[in-house]
Amino acid sequence: MIVGSQKPIDEIWDMVKEFKRVIVFGCNTCVAICHAGGSKEAETIASMLKMRSSNEGVDMDVSSTSVMRHCEPEYFDEVIDELRSYDLVLSTACGVGVNFLSERIGNIPVYPGINTSFFGAVPEAGVFEELCAGCGDCILHMTGGICPVARCSKTLMNGPCGGTNEGKCEIGKDVDCAWYLIVQRMKDLGTIEKLSEVIPPRSWSTSRDGGPRRVSVEHIREYEESAEQKTEAGGSK
Amino acid sequence: MKSESNLEKVIASGNPAVTAELGPPMSANGHEVREKAKLLKGFCDAANITDCQTAVVRISSIAAAYMALQEGVEPVMQMTCRDRNRIAMQADLLGAAALGLKNCLCLAGDHQNFSAAGRLKGHPGAKNVYDVDTCQLVGILKKMRDEGLQEGGDKLEEAPKFFIGASWTPMGDPIDFRPVNLMKKVNSGADFIQTQGIYDIEGFRAQMEKARNLGLHERTAILGGIIVPRSGMMLKYMDSSVAGVSVPKALIDRMMKAKEAAGDDKKKAKALQEAEGIKITIELIHQVLETPGVKGVHIQAIEWESAIEGIVKEAGLYPRPSV
Ligand code: SF4
Ligand code: SF4
Repeated sequence: MIVGSQKPIDEIWDMVKEFKRVIVFGCNTCVAICHAGGSKEAETIASMLKMRSSNEGVDMDVSSTSVMRHCEPEYFDEVIDELRSYDLVLSTACGVGVNFLSERIGNIPVYPGINTSFFGAVPEAGVFEELCAGCGDCILHMTGGICPVARCSKTLMNGPCGGTNEGKCEIGKDVDCAWYLIVQRMKDLGTIEKLSEVIPPRSWSTSRDGGPRRVSVEHIREYEESAEQKTEAGGSK
Repeated sequence: MKSESNLEKVIASGNPAVTAELGPPMSANGHEVREKAKLLKGFCDAANITDCQTAVVRISSIAAAYMALQEGVEPVMQMTCRDRNRIAMQADLLGAAALGLKNCLCLAGDHQNFSAAGRLKGHPGAKNVYDVDTCQLVGILKKMRDEGLQEGGDKLEEAPKFFIGASWTPMGDPIDFRPVNLMKKVNSGADFIQTQGIYDIEGFRAQMEKARNLGLHERTAILGGIIVPRSGMMLKYMDSSVAGVSVPKALIDRMMKAKEAAGDDKKKAKALQEAEGIKITIELIHQVLETPGVKGVHIQAIEWESAIEGIVKEAGLYPRPSV
Protein backbone atom coordinates (compact mmCIF):
# COMPACT_ATOMS: atom_id res chain seq x y z
CA MET A 1 0.00 0.00 0.00
CA ILE A 2 0.89 3.65 -0.31
CA VAL A 3 1.62 5.28 3.04
CA GLY A 4 1.17 8.93 3.83
CA SER A 5 0.55 11.18 6.78
CA GLN A 6 -1.62 14.22 7.34
CA LYS A 7 -0.17 17.64 6.76
CA PRO A 8 -0.20 19.93 9.80
CA ILE A 9 -3.48 21.83 9.96
CA ASP A 10 -1.64 25.18 9.92
CA GLU A 11 -0.05 24.29 6.61
CA ILE A 12 -3.43 23.21 5.21
CA TRP A 13 -5.04 26.41 6.44
CA ASP A 14 -2.37 28.50 4.69
CA MET A 15 -3.12 26.63 1.47
CA VAL A 16 -6.89 26.95 1.57
CA LYS A 17 -7.67 30.20 3.39
CA GLU A 18 -8.14 32.23 0.18
CA PHE A 19 -10.94 29.99 -1.10
CA LYS A 20 -14.66 30.43 -0.51
CA ARG A 21 -15.96 26.92 -1.20
CA VAL A 22 -13.71 24.03 -0.28
CA ILE A 23 -14.37 20.31 -0.45
CA VAL A 24 -12.13 17.82 1.31
CA PHE A 25 -12.01 14.73 -0.85
CA GLY A 26 -10.97 11.47 0.85
CA CYS A 27 -9.75 8.21 -0.62
CA ASN A 28 -10.81 5.00 1.08
CA THR A 29 -8.06 2.60 0.09
CA CYS A 30 -4.35 2.91 1.05
CA VAL A 31 -4.45 6.24 2.82
CA ALA A 32 -7.52 5.21 4.81
CA ILE A 33 -5.61 2.20 6.15
CA CYS A 34 -2.79 4.45 7.33
CA HIS A 35 -5.29 6.85 8.95
CA ALA A 36 -4.20 9.78 6.80
CA GLY A 37 -6.84 10.46 4.18
CA GLY A 38 -9.90 8.18 4.30
CA SER A 39 -13.48 9.43 4.71
CA LYS A 40 -13.04 9.78 8.47
CA GLU A 41 -9.93 11.91 8.13
CA ALA A 42 -11.52 13.97 5.34
CA GLU A 43 -14.48 14.73 7.64
CA THR A 44 -12.16 15.64 10.49
CA ILE A 45 -10.13 18.01 8.33
CA ALA A 46 -13.37 19.58 7.04
CA SER A 47 -14.64 20.25 10.54
CA MET A 48 -11.26 21.62 11.61
CA LEU A 49 -11.33 24.00 8.66
CA LYS A 50 -14.87 25.06 9.53
CA MET A 51 -13.79 25.86 13.06
CA ARG A 52 -10.68 27.62 11.92
CA SER A 53 -12.56 29.77 9.39
CA SER A 54 -15.16 30.83 11.93
CA ASN A 55 -12.42 31.57 14.50
CA GLU A 56 -10.58 33.70 12.01
CA GLY A 57 -13.75 35.35 10.77
CA VAL A 58 -13.28 34.02 7.25
CA ASP A 59 -16.38 33.25 5.25
CA MET A 60 -15.78 29.72 3.97
CA ASP A 61 -18.10 26.91 2.99
CA VAL A 62 -16.44 23.56 3.72
CA SER A 63 -17.71 20.05 3.16
CA SER A 64 -16.28 16.62 2.50
CA THR A 65 -16.86 13.50 0.50
CA SER A 66 -14.87 10.44 -0.43
CA VAL A 67 -14.68 7.56 -2.86
CA MET A 68 -12.99 4.16 -2.88
CA ARG A 69 -10.07 5.17 -5.07
CA HIS A 70 -8.71 8.28 -6.71
CA CYS A 71 -6.42 6.47 -9.14
CA GLU A 72 -9.04 5.15 -11.59
CA PRO A 73 -11.60 7.48 -13.20
CA GLU A 74 -14.59 5.14 -12.68
CA TYR A 75 -14.38 5.69 -8.97
CA PHE A 76 -14.61 9.46 -8.95
CA ASP A 77 -16.89 9.83 -11.99
CA GLU A 78 -19.95 9.72 -9.74
CA VAL A 79 -18.84 12.71 -7.67
CA ILE A 80 -16.98 14.78 -10.26
CA ASP A 81 -19.90 17.14 -10.91
CA GLU A 82 -20.25 17.80 -7.21
CA LEU A 83 -16.50 18.46 -6.94
CA ARG A 84 -16.74 20.92 -9.82
CA SER A 85 -19.18 23.05 -7.87
CA TYR A 86 -16.37 24.03 -5.42
CA ASP A 87 -13.49 26.52 -5.75
CA LEU A 88 -10.94 24.09 -4.34
CA VAL A 89 -10.62 20.35 -3.89
CA LEU A 90 -8.38 19.47 -0.97
CA SER A 91 -7.56 15.86 -1.78
CA THR A 92 -6.45 13.56 0.99
CA ALA A 93 -5.53 10.86 -1.49
CA CYS A 94 -1.88 10.10 -2.14
CA GLY A 95 0.02 12.26 -4.62
CA VAL A 96 -1.11 9.94 -7.39
CA GLY A 97 -4.72 10.86 -6.69
CA VAL A 98 -3.97 14.60 -6.63
CA ASN A 99 -2.16 14.42 -9.98
CA PHE A 100 -4.78 12.21 -11.57
CA LEU A 101 -7.71 14.34 -10.51
CA SER A 102 -5.90 17.58 -11.47
CA GLU A 103 -5.69 16.38 -15.05
CA ARG A 104 -9.39 15.52 -15.20
CA ILE A 105 -11.37 17.98 -13.16
CA GLY A 106 -11.02 21.06 -15.37
CA ASN A 107 -10.13 24.53 -14.11
CA ILE A 108 -10.44 23.87 -10.40
CA PRO A 109 -7.32 23.51 -8.29
CA VAL A 110 -6.68 20.24 -6.44
CA TYR A 111 -4.38 20.66 -3.41
CA PRO A 112 -2.70 17.96 -1.31
CA GLY A 113 -4.03 17.35 2.19
CA ILE A 114 -1.43 14.73 3.05
CA ASN A 115 2.26 14.03 2.56
CA THR A 116 2.70 10.86 0.53
CA SER A 117 5.69 8.96 1.83
CA PHE A 118 6.30 5.43 0.59
CA PHE A 119 5.16 1.92 -0.32
CA GLY A 120 4.91 -0.01 2.86
CA ALA A 121 3.17 -2.49 5.10
CA VAL A 122 1.67 -2.62 8.57
CA PRO A 123 3.91 -4.67 10.89
CA GLU A 124 1.70 -3.77 13.86
CA ALA A 125 -1.33 -1.58 14.42
CA GLY A 126 -0.46 2.05 13.84
CA VAL A 127 3.03 1.36 12.44
CA PHE A 128 3.86 1.62 8.75
CA GLU A 129 7.17 0.60 7.31
CA GLU A 130 8.79 1.27 3.94
CA LEU A 131 9.65 -1.98 2.19
CA CYS A 132 9.96 -1.25 -1.55
CA ALA A 133 11.10 1.80 -3.50
CA GLY A 134 9.64 0.79 -6.86
CA CYS A 135 13.02 0.62 -8.56
CA GLY A 136 11.60 -1.17 -11.58
CA ASP A 137 14.08 -4.05 -11.60
CA CYS A 138 13.46 -6.25 -8.61
CA ILE A 139 16.41 -8.13 -7.13
CA LEU A 140 14.74 -9.58 -4.05
CA HIS A 141 15.64 -13.11 -5.16
CA MET A 142 19.27 -12.19 -4.57
CA THR A 143 18.78 -10.66 -1.13
CA GLY A 144 16.55 -13.08 0.71
CA GLY A 145 13.41 -11.07 0.03
CA ILE A 146 14.69 -8.01 1.93
CA CYS A 147 15.16 -4.91 -0.17
CA PRO A 148 18.47 -3.03 -0.01
CA VAL A 149 17.17 -0.32 -2.35
CA ALA A 150 14.39 0.75 -0.02
CA ARG A 151 15.73 -0.40 3.32
CA CYS A 152 19.49 0.27 3.29
CA SER A 153 20.04 3.98 3.95
CA LYS A 154 22.80 3.96 1.33
CA THR A 155 21.15 1.65 -1.22
CA LEU A 156 24.19 -0.62 -0.99
CA MET A 157 24.15 -3.67 -3.24
CA ASN A 158 27.08 -5.71 -2.01
CA GLY A 159 26.80 -6.01 1.73
CA PRO A 160 26.76 -3.90 4.87
CA CYS A 161 28.77 -0.71 5.30
CA GLY A 162 30.99 -0.14 8.30
CA GLY A 163 28.23 1.68 10.14
CA THR A 164 26.12 -1.35 11.12
CA ASN A 165 25.86 -1.43 14.88
CA GLU A 166 24.24 -4.35 16.67
CA GLY A 167 21.82 -4.82 13.82
CA LYS A 168 20.91 -1.14 13.58
CA CYS A 169 21.71 1.32 10.81
CA GLU A 170 24.20 4.11 11.37
CA ILE A 171 21.48 6.71 10.82
CA GLY A 172 19.72 5.82 14.06
CA LYS A 173 19.11 3.23 16.73
CA ASP A 174 15.47 2.83 15.71
CA VAL A 175 16.28 1.86 12.10
CA ASP A 176 17.09 -1.76 11.30
CA CYS A 177 20.16 -2.32 9.13
CA ALA A 178 18.80 -3.97 5.99
CA TRP A 179 22.08 -5.77 5.34
CA TYR A 180 22.16 -7.21 8.82
CA LEU A 181 18.70 -8.63 8.13
CA ILE A 182 19.69 -9.85 4.67
CA VAL A 183 22.74 -11.73 5.96
CA GLN A 184 20.70 -13.29 8.77
CA ARG A 185 17.87 -14.27 6.46
CA MET A 186 20.14 -15.81 3.84
CA LYS A 187 21.98 -17.75 6.51
CA ASP A 188 18.63 -19.13 7.71
CA LEU A 189 17.67 -20.01 4.14
CA GLY A 190 21.03 -21.69 3.55
CA THR A 191 21.75 -19.38 0.62
CA ILE A 192 24.41 -17.17 2.19
CA GLU A 193 27.03 -18.13 -0.41
CA LYS A 194 24.96 -16.27 -2.99
CA LEU A 195 26.07 -13.07 -1.28
CA SER A 196 29.70 -13.74 -2.22
CA GLU A 197 29.05 -12.69 -5.79
CA VAL A 198 29.72 -9.06 -6.63
CA ILE A 199 26.65 -7.31 -8.03
CA PRO A 200 27.92 -4.90 -10.74
CA PRO A 201 26.70 -1.30 -11.03
CA ARG A 202 23.02 -1.49 -11.80
CA SER A 203 21.01 0.44 -14.31
CA TRP A 204 18.76 2.91 -12.54
CA SER A 205 17.00 3.67 -15.81
CA THR A 206 14.06 1.55 -14.68
CA SER A 207 13.67 3.67 -11.56
CA ARG A 208 12.66 7.33 -11.26
CA ASP A 209 16.14 8.27 -12.50
CA GLY A 210 15.18 7.13 -15.99
CA GLY A 211 12.40 9.74 -16.17
CA PRO A 212 8.65 9.28 -15.59
CA ARG A 213 7.59 5.70 -16.11
CA ARG A 214 4.65 4.06 -17.79
CA VAL A 215 3.63 0.44 -18.03
CA SER A 216 1.52 -0.65 -20.96
CA VAL A 217 0.05 -4.14 -20.95
CA GLU A 218 -0.47 -4.80 -24.63
CA HIS A 219 -2.81 -7.79 -24.49
CA ILE A 220 -5.17 -5.93 -22.19
CA ARG A 221 -5.15 -2.88 -24.44
CA GLU A 222 -5.87 -5.06 -27.49
CA TYR A 223 -8.65 -6.88 -25.69
CA GLU A 224 -10.28 -3.64 -24.56
CA GLU A 225 -10.05 -2.17 -28.06
CA SER A 226 -11.60 -5.21 -29.72
CA ALA A 227 -14.35 -5.27 -27.08
CA GLU A 228 -15.09 -1.61 -27.86
CA GLN A 229 -15.19 -2.31 -31.60
CA LYS A 230 -17.61 -5.20 -31.02
CA THR A 231 -19.97 -3.00 -29.02
CA GLU A 232 -19.81 -0.34 -31.71
CA ALA A 233 -20.49 -2.94 -34.45
CA GLY A 234 -23.34 -4.38 -32.35
CA GLY A 235 -24.82 -0.91 -31.84
CA SER A 236 -24.92 -0.12 -35.56
CA LYS A 237 -26.86 -3.24 -36.44
CA MET B 1 53.38 -1.79 -11.46
CA LYS B 2 49.77 -0.83 -11.75
CA SER B 3 50.08 2.81 -10.77
CA GLU B 4 53.74 3.57 -9.99
CA SER B 5 52.57 5.18 -6.77
CA ASN B 6 55.02 5.38 -3.89
CA LEU B 7 52.60 3.38 -1.74
CA GLU B 8 52.44 0.61 -4.31
CA LYS B 9 56.25 0.55 -4.56
CA VAL B 10 56.78 0.39 -0.80
CA ILE B 11 54.31 -2.47 -0.53
CA ALA B 12 55.98 -4.28 -3.44
CA SER B 13 59.37 -3.83 -1.76
CA GLY B 14 58.19 -5.93 1.17
CA ASN B 15 58.69 -3.17 3.75
CA PRO B 16 55.80 -2.56 6.12
CA ALA B 17 53.89 0.36 4.65
CA VAL B 18 52.85 3.39 6.68
CA THR B 19 49.95 5.61 5.71
CA ALA B 20 48.65 8.55 7.70
CA GLU B 21 45.64 10.80 7.40
CA LEU B 22 45.12 14.45 6.60
CA GLY B 23 41.70 15.98 7.19
CA PRO B 24 41.06 19.08 5.03
CA PRO B 25 39.60 22.13 6.79
CA MET B 26 35.99 23.34 6.76
CA SER B 27 36.99 26.54 5.02
CA ALA B 28 38.89 27.74 1.97
CA ASN B 29 42.14 27.75 3.94
CA GLY B 30 44.61 25.96 1.69
CA HIS B 31 47.43 27.03 3.96
CA GLU B 32 46.15 24.66 6.64
CA VAL B 33 46.33 21.73 4.24
CA ARG B 34 49.91 22.60 3.38
CA GLU B 35 50.90 22.96 7.03
CA LYS B 36 49.41 19.58 7.86
CA ALA B 37 51.18 18.05 4.87
CA LYS B 38 54.49 19.45 6.14
CA LEU B 39 53.95 17.67 9.46
CA LEU B 40 53.51 14.36 7.67
CA LYS B 41 56.22 14.71 5.04
CA GLY B 42 58.84 11.99 5.36
CA PHE B 43 56.92 10.09 8.04
CA CYS B 44 54.49 8.15 5.89
CA ASP B 45 54.50 6.56 2.44
CA ALA B 46 51.21 8.20 1.60
CA ALA B 47 48.55 10.20 3.42
CA ASN B 48 44.82 9.72 3.07
CA ILE B 49 42.93 12.87 2.23
CA THR B 50 39.43 12.48 3.59
CA ASP B 51 36.39 13.21 1.43
CA CYS B 52 33.96 15.29 3.49
CA GLN B 53 34.25 12.87 6.37
CA THR B 54 31.21 12.54 8.63
CA ALA B 55 29.28 14.30 5.85
CA VAL B 56 30.69 17.71 6.69
CA VAL B 57 31.67 20.12 3.89
CA ARG B 58 35.42 20.56 3.68
CA ILE B 59 38.00 21.35 0.99
CA SER B 60 37.47 18.67 -1.61
CA SER B 61 39.60 15.59 -1.39
CA ILE B 62 41.07 16.10 -4.87
CA ALA B 63 42.05 19.72 -4.31
CA ALA B 64 43.61 18.97 -0.92
CA ALA B 65 45.35 15.89 -2.36
CA TYR B 66 46.90 18.03 -5.06
CA MET B 67 48.16 20.52 -2.47
CA ALA B 68 49.64 17.68 -0.42
CA LEU B 69 51.38 16.36 -3.52
CA GLN B 70 52.89 19.80 -4.12
CA GLU B 71 54.21 19.70 -0.56
CA GLY B 72 55.93 16.39 -1.23
CA VAL B 73 53.42 14.09 0.47
CA GLU B 74 51.92 11.41 -1.71
CA PRO B 75 48.16 11.52 -1.23
CA VAL B 76 45.59 8.75 -1.12
CA MET B 77 42.57 10.57 -2.44
CA GLN B 78 39.44 9.26 -0.74
CA MET B 79 36.23 9.04 -2.72
CA THR B 80 32.85 8.32 -1.19
CA CYS B 81 29.79 7.03 -3.00
CA ARG B 82 27.58 9.45 -1.11
CA ASP B 83 28.03 12.63 -3.09
CA ARG B 84 28.60 11.74 -6.74
CA ASN B 85 27.03 9.58 -9.37
CA ARG B 86 29.18 7.48 -11.69
CA ILE B 87 29.48 10.32 -14.20
CA ALA B 88 30.87 12.78 -11.64
CA MET B 89 33.06 10.09 -10.09
CA GLN B 90 34.72 9.15 -13.32
CA ALA B 91 35.14 12.78 -14.35
CA ASP B 92 36.83 13.46 -11.00
CA LEU B 93 39.01 10.37 -11.39
CA LEU B 94 40.18 11.53 -14.81
CA GLY B 95 40.89 14.98 -13.43
CA ALA B 96 42.71 13.56 -10.41
CA ALA B 97 44.86 11.34 -12.60
CA ALA B 98 45.64 14.28 -14.87
CA LEU B 99 46.81 16.20 -11.77
CA GLY B 100 49.19 13.36 -10.94
CA LEU B 101 47.25 11.62 -8.16
CA LYS B 102 47.91 7.88 -8.06
CA ASN B 103 46.07 6.35 -5.11
CA CYS B 104 42.34 6.26 -4.55
CA LEU B 105 40.49 4.82 -1.57
CA CYS B 106 36.87 3.91 -2.28
CA LEU B 107 34.34 4.31 0.53
CA ALA B 108 30.58 4.25 1.02
CA GLY B 109 30.87 7.44 3.09
CA ASP B 110 29.02 8.42 6.24
CA HIS B 111 25.31 9.05 5.78
CA GLN B 112 24.45 12.77 5.68
CA ASN B 113 22.16 12.23 8.66
CA PHE B 114 25.28 11.50 10.61
CA SER B 115 26.76 14.98 10.12
CA ALA B 116 29.71 15.12 12.49
CA ALA B 117 27.83 12.82 14.86
CA GLY B 118 25.55 15.71 15.73
CA ARG B 119 28.29 18.10 16.85
CA LEU B 120 27.83 20.34 13.81
CA LYS B 121 24.81 21.31 11.76
CA GLY B 122 26.05 19.53 8.65
CA HIS B 123 23.53 18.96 5.87
CA PRO B 124 21.04 16.36 7.03
CA GLY B 125 18.61 17.61 4.36
CA ALA B 126 20.97 16.78 1.50
CA LYS B 127 20.03 14.25 -1.15
CA ASN B 128 22.48 11.38 -1.20
CA VAL B 129 23.53 9.60 -4.35
CA TYR B 130 24.74 6.03 -3.89
CA ASP B 131 24.47 5.40 -7.61
CA VAL B 132 27.19 2.77 -7.04
CA ASP B 133 28.53 1.20 -3.86
CA THR B 134 32.11 0.63 -2.75
CA CYS B 135 32.62 -2.70 -4.55
CA GLN B 136 31.17 -1.20 -7.69
CA LEU B 137 33.36 1.90 -7.46
CA VAL B 138 36.43 -0.29 -7.01
CA GLY B 139 35.34 -2.20 -10.11
CA ILE B 140 34.93 1.04 -12.08
CA LEU B 141 38.48 2.15 -11.20
CA LYS B 142 39.82 -1.23 -12.25
CA LYS B 143 37.90 -1.25 -15.50
CA MET B 144 39.19 2.24 -16.31
CA ARG B 145 42.77 1.31 -15.48
CA ASP B 146 43.03 -2.22 -16.85
CA GLU B 147 40.61 -2.18 -19.76
CA GLY B 148 40.79 1.49 -20.66
CA LEU B 149 37.02 1.69 -20.54
CA GLN B 150 34.53 3.90 -18.79
CA GLU B 151 31.84 2.14 -16.79
CA GLY B 152 29.39 2.71 -19.62
CA GLY B 153 31.79 1.13 -22.12
CA ASP B 154 33.23 4.18 -23.90
CA LYS B 155 36.94 4.00 -24.59
CA LEU B 156 39.53 6.01 -22.68
CA GLU B 157 42.42 7.00 -24.86
CA GLU B 158 44.50 7.52 -21.76
CA ALA B 159 43.43 5.47 -18.77
CA PRO B 160 43.78 6.77 -15.20
CA LYS B 161 46.25 4.49 -13.40
CA PHE B 162 45.21 4.32 -9.79
CA PHE B 163 46.42 2.11 -7.00
CA ILE B 164 42.98 1.11 -5.77
CA GLY B 165 42.06 0.92 -2.13
CA ALA B 166 39.04 0.10 -0.02
CA SER B 167 38.28 0.05 3.67
CA TRP B 168 37.43 -2.92 5.83
CA THR B 169 35.73 -3.06 9.22
CA PRO B 170 36.95 -6.45 10.45
CA MET B 171 35.03 -6.27 13.71
CA GLY B 172 31.80 -4.88 12.31
CA ASP B 173 28.40 -6.56 12.45
CA PRO B 174 27.51 -9.14 11.23
CA ILE B 175 30.97 -10.32 12.17
CA ASP B 176 30.97 -13.62 10.30
CA PHE B 177 30.12 -11.82 7.07
CA ARG B 178 33.04 -9.38 7.33
CA PRO B 179 35.62 -11.69 5.69
CA VAL B 180 33.19 -12.14 2.76
CA ASN B 181 32.82 -8.37 2.62
CA LEU B 182 36.59 -8.10 2.29
CA MET B 183 36.67 -10.82 -0.34
CA LYS B 184 34.12 -8.96 -2.46
CA LYS B 185 36.25 -5.81 -2.37
CA VAL B 186 39.33 -7.83 -3.33
CA ASN B 187 37.45 -9.63 -6.09
CA SER B 188 36.29 -6.24 -7.37
CA GLY B 189 39.93 -5.13 -7.65
CA ALA B 190 41.10 -3.58 -4.36
CA ASP B 191 44.91 -3.52 -4.40
CA PHE B 192 45.12 -2.37 -0.81
CA ILE B 193 42.88 -2.29 2.21
CA GLN B 194 42.91 0.03 5.19
CA THR B 195 41.03 -1.28 8.18
CA GLN B 196 38.86 0.45 10.74
CA GLY B 197 40.80 1.31 13.90
CA ILE B 198 41.94 -1.75 15.84
CA TYR B 199 42.22 -1.88 19.63
CA ASP B 200 41.01 -5.42 20.23
CA ILE B 201 44.03 -7.18 18.81
CA GLU B 202 42.70 -10.68 19.58
CA GLY B 203 39.49 -10.00 17.70
CA PHE B 204 41.42 -8.55 14.77
CA ARG B 205 43.74 -11.55 14.63
CA ALA B 206 40.78 -13.94 14.55
CA GLN B 207 39.31 -12.04 11.58
CA MET B 208 42.71 -11.95 9.85
CA GLU B 209 42.94 -15.71 10.18
CA LYS B 210 39.65 -16.01 8.32
CA ALA B 211 40.91 -13.59 5.67
CA ARG B 212 44.08 -15.67 5.29
CA ASN B 213 42.04 -18.85 4.95
CA LEU B 214 40.37 -17.20 1.98
CA GLY B 215 43.83 -16.31 0.60
CA LEU B 216 42.96 -12.62 0.64
CA HIS B 217 46.21 -11.45 2.26
CA GLU B 218 48.06 -12.56 -0.86
CA ARG B 219 45.75 -10.79 -3.27
CA THR B 220 45.60 -7.44 -1.51
CA ALA B 221 47.82 -5.48 0.87
CA ILE B 222 46.07 -5.18 4.22
CA LEU B 223 47.10 -2.16 6.29
CA GLY B 224 45.85 -2.32 9.87
CA GLY B 225 44.12 0.83 11.08
CA ILE B 226 45.38 2.55 14.22
CA ILE B 227 43.47 5.49 15.64
CA VAL B 228 45.77 7.33 18.05
CA PRO B 229 43.93 7.66 21.38
CA ARG B 230 44.20 11.07 22.94
CA SER B 231 42.17 10.65 26.10
CA GLY B 232 40.31 8.11 28.15
CA MET B 233 37.04 9.77 27.18
CA MET B 234 37.85 9.32 23.51
CA LEU B 235 38.49 5.61 24.01
CA LYS B 236 35.25 5.25 25.98
CA TYR B 237 33.35 7.07 23.24
CA MET B 238 34.84 4.92 20.52
CA ASP B 239 34.07 1.75 22.43
CA SER B 240 30.45 2.68 23.02
CA SER B 241 29.56 4.67 19.92
CA VAL B 242 31.76 3.91 16.93
CA ALA B 243 30.47 0.99 14.89
CA GLY B 244 32.94 -1.85 14.47
CA VAL B 245 35.31 -0.59 17.16
CA SER B 246 35.63 -2.26 20.53
CA VAL B 247 38.22 -1.13 23.04
CA PRO B 248 39.46 -3.57 25.69
CA LYS B 249 38.82 -2.35 29.22
CA ALA B 250 42.52 -2.63 30.06
CA LEU B 251 43.34 0.11 27.53
CA ILE B 252 40.60 2.41 28.81
CA ASP B 253 41.82 1.82 32.37
CA ARG B 254 45.38 2.73 31.41
CA MET B 255 44.23 6.03 29.97
CA MET B 256 41.97 6.82 32.91
CA LYS B 257 44.84 6.10 35.29
CA ALA B 258 47.06 8.52 33.38
CA LYS B 259 44.34 11.12 33.75
CA GLU B 260 43.89 10.53 37.46
CA ALA B 261 47.63 10.76 38.07
CA ALA B 262 47.41 14.45 37.17
CA GLY B 263 44.91 15.24 39.92
CA ASP B 264 43.15 18.54 39.22
CA ASP B 265 45.81 19.82 36.85
CA LYS B 266 43.97 19.80 33.52
CA LYS B 267 47.02 20.61 31.43
CA LYS B 268 48.96 17.82 33.03
CA ALA B 269 46.04 15.42 32.60
CA LYS B 270 46.03 16.16 28.90
CA ALA B 271 49.79 15.71 28.58
CA LEU B 272 49.83 12.46 30.55
CA GLN B 273 46.94 11.00 28.57
CA GLU B 274 48.52 11.98 25.27
CA ALA B 275 51.79 10.37 26.30
CA GLU B 276 49.97 7.20 27.31
CA GLY B 277 48.01 7.30 24.05
CA ILE B 278 51.22 7.37 22.07
CA LYS B 279 52.57 4.46 24.09
CA ILE B 280 49.42 2.47 23.37
CA THR B 281 49.65 3.41 19.70
CA ILE B 282 53.17 2.09 19.41
CA GLU B 283 52.24 -1.17 21.09
CA LEU B 284 49.27 -1.55 18.76
CA ILE B 285 51.45 -0.84 15.71
CA HIS B 286 53.80 -3.65 16.69
CA GLN B 287 50.98 -6.05 17.47
CA VAL B 288 49.26 -5.31 14.17
CA LEU B 289 52.47 -5.64 12.17
CA GLU B 290 53.24 -8.96 13.87
CA THR B 291 49.89 -10.33 12.72
CA PRO B 292 50.43 -12.71 9.78
CA GLY B 293 49.15 -11.31 6.49
CA VAL B 294 49.37 -7.62 7.48
CA LYS B 295 51.43 -5.46 5.11
CA GLY B 296 51.46 -2.18 6.96
CA VAL B 297 49.66 0.28 9.19
CA HIS B 298 47.31 3.14 8.59
CA ILE B 299 47.81 5.59 11.46
CA GLN B 300 45.09 8.14 12.05
CA ALA B 301 45.97 10.96 14.41
CA ILE B 302 42.70 12.82 14.01
CA GLU B 303 43.28 16.59 14.15
CA TRP B 304 46.66 15.74 15.68
CA GLU B 305 48.93 15.34 12.67
CA SER B 306 51.90 16.61 14.68
CA ALA B 307 51.94 13.35 16.65
CA ILE B 308 52.83 11.26 13.60
CA GLU B 309 56.54 12.05 13.53
CA GLY B 310 57.16 10.83 17.08
CA ILE B 311 54.98 7.76 16.64
CA VAL B 312 56.64 6.63 13.44
CA LYS B 313 60.12 7.21 14.86
CA GLU B 314 59.43 5.46 18.16
CA ALA B 315 57.80 2.55 16.39
CA GLY B 316 61.04 2.02 14.50
CA LEU B 317 59.42 2.79 11.16
CA TYR B 318 61.66 5.75 10.36
CA PRO B 319 63.16 6.54 7.91
CA ARG B 320 60.59 5.56 5.35
CA PRO B 321 62.06 3.53 2.51
CA SER B 322 62.81 5.39 -0.68
CA VAL B 323 61.82 3.11 -3.51
S1 SF4 C 1 14.46 -4.33 -5.53
FE1 SF4 C 1 13.25 -2.62 -6.40
S2 SF4 C 1 11.28 -3.51 -6.93
FE2 SF4 C 1 12.30 -4.99 -5.58
S3 SF4 C 1 11.56 -4.47 -3.52
FE3 SF4 C 1 13.44 -3.30 -3.83
S4 SF4 C 1 12.80 -1.32 -4.67
FE4 SF4 C 1 11.06 -2.72 -4.85
S1 SF4 D 1 24.12 0.44 8.47
FE1 SF4 D 1 23.13 -1.11 7.18
S2 SF4 D 1 21.24 -0.16 6.40
FE2 SF4 D 1 22.51 1.47 7.25
S3 SF4 D 1 23.62 2.24 5.48
FE3 SF4 D 1 24.95 0.70 6.42
S4 SF4 D 1 24.46 -1.24 5.39
FE4 SF4 D 1 22.83 0.22 4.89
